[in-house]
Amino acid sequence: MIVLNCPYCGQDRHEEELTYGGEAEIIRPLEPEEASDELWTEYLYFRTNPKGTHHEQWCCSGGCGQWFKVARDTVSHDILEVVTFDKRLSA
Amino acid sequence: MNYNVFNLLWQGLTGNKGWQQAWRSPEPKPRYDAVIIGGGGHGLATAYYLAREHGMTNIALLEKGWLGGGNTGRNTTNVRSDYMFPESAAIYDLALRLYETLGKDLNYNIMLSQRGWLTLIEDQHQMEGARHKANWLQCNGVDGEIIGAGQVAEMMPGLQMDGRYPVRGAFLQKRGGTIRHDAVAWGYARAADRLGVDIIQNCEVQGFEKSGGRIAAIQTSRGRIETDRVGLAVAGHSGAMAEKAGFRLPVTSHCLQAMVSEPVKPFLDHVVISPGTGVYINQTQKGEMVMGGVLDLYHSYGQRGNFPTIEKVVTSAVEMFPTLSQTRLMRHWAGIVDITPDSSPILGQTPVENMYINCGWGTGGFKAIPPGGYMLAHSIAKETPHELAAPFGLNRFRDNRLVDEGAAAGIAH
Repeated sequence: MIVLNCPYCGQDRHEEELTYGGEAEIIRPLEPEEASDELWTEYLYFRTNPKGTHHEQWCCSGGCGQWFKVARDTVSHDILEVVTFDKRLSA
Repeated sequence: MNYNVFNLLWQGLTGNKGWQQAWRSPEPKPRYDAVIIGGGGHGLATAYYLAREHGMTNIALLEKGWLGGGNTGRNTTNVRSDYMFPESAAIYDLALRLYETLGKDLNYNIMLSQRGWLTLIEDQHQMEGARHKANWLQCNGVDGEIIGAGQVAEMMPGLQMDGRYPVRGAFLQKRGGTIRHDAVAWGYARAADRLGVDIIQNCEVQGFEKSGGRIAAIQTSRGRIETDRVGLAVAGHSGAMAEKAGFRLPVTSHCLQAMVSEPVKPFLDHVVISPGTGVYINQTQKGEMVMGGVLDLYHSYGQRGNFPTIEKVVTSAVEMFPTLSQTRLMRHWAGIVDITPDSSPILGQTPVENMYINCGWGTGGFKAIPPGGYMLAHSIAKETPHELAAPFGLNRFRDNRLVDEGAAAGIAH
């Protein structure tokens, strides 16, 4: 079971109290008019799907309601790093 | 040796000493005309149809573990074809039709039991949805009907009719049911082996050698194998394999959990899902209750379950059948499923010229094994997709031609 310590409210939340938000640090094309079909396709549908360290976003939905970022191993489910949403993950 | 009643009797009378191995365990050759990666149902079916339909027999199937040890051996063995878009209906109903004759085709008893697949209707909106779906299915030429609460109660005596989710009726596909899952893998493996396919287990693909945009050779844990064409049928590991080959897929990998109880006396001879609880349940021939719920919503390659899902599934099963409350759970497992943005599979050409794919079946891969293999075999042999597979190409995401079964059939993957 996944347990994350929310970096905003400081509480341990287990997966029933959390909402998963998919891959972190995806940037919407900054010049939408200029973006090619390939770039839009990539942005809309293609996701990094590593067997190993994954950068992802979670919401403390059963608690303070804040979104934050997590680096997690997708095989062992070990939590490698948790940061507030304004920071970048380094793990 | 064929499996039939005469051989069974003869072997019984002569001490069962004449049974042969169901398939060989050959050493990999240095070169094959085509290599299929993945020894689950889809990969094995691909090998069989490639040899049977297209006469390609200098082919190998590589499996990193043992045959059917992934999702083929980790599902809830259900089959049905009540999908809504004509493109999906064509492929999923072909699946059921192929399954209906597969035992004979393979000379292997797959224990197909078309015991009826019921989706309970628990409120007015579901009733309207079910009517909508029944009309769609009729247009697609697939069977399916709505039955009343009285008939549901008669079919399933232990079902709680007036619990938290009162039962108002059900959507019934009579041709739906269950199959012995291992038998599908073993049957295809034996039939493919008899046609000359080399099935190589404990052989992990570690990388690809490319030249001029094509795969020239595959590096494996059992040596280097040259090949002209490659077929990928690795379900939840498609993303990882695509990365090795140098392209990306719109696929994310998740755990799908299921569990089984201790055996009890037979009381449920249908498959039933409750949309309210999200849990579906059936009883095996041995008497065990097989139960499954929705997939874990976060990325994972973990291949194991966890307690929040056990709790959800078990409490829902007891809500549906209160008589199960004293039953103990016996086993519990998870498979890694490949989820696409539109809940439809990806079939055919990849960005690598001589590599073809069959993935993205998500939580519904088992029921689609025969056409999955049939389509991938066609892609490999003809180097062009089968007409039924054409709507499911990787290019549909760029062309914005999604086949959104997640929205249409309301499936949970």
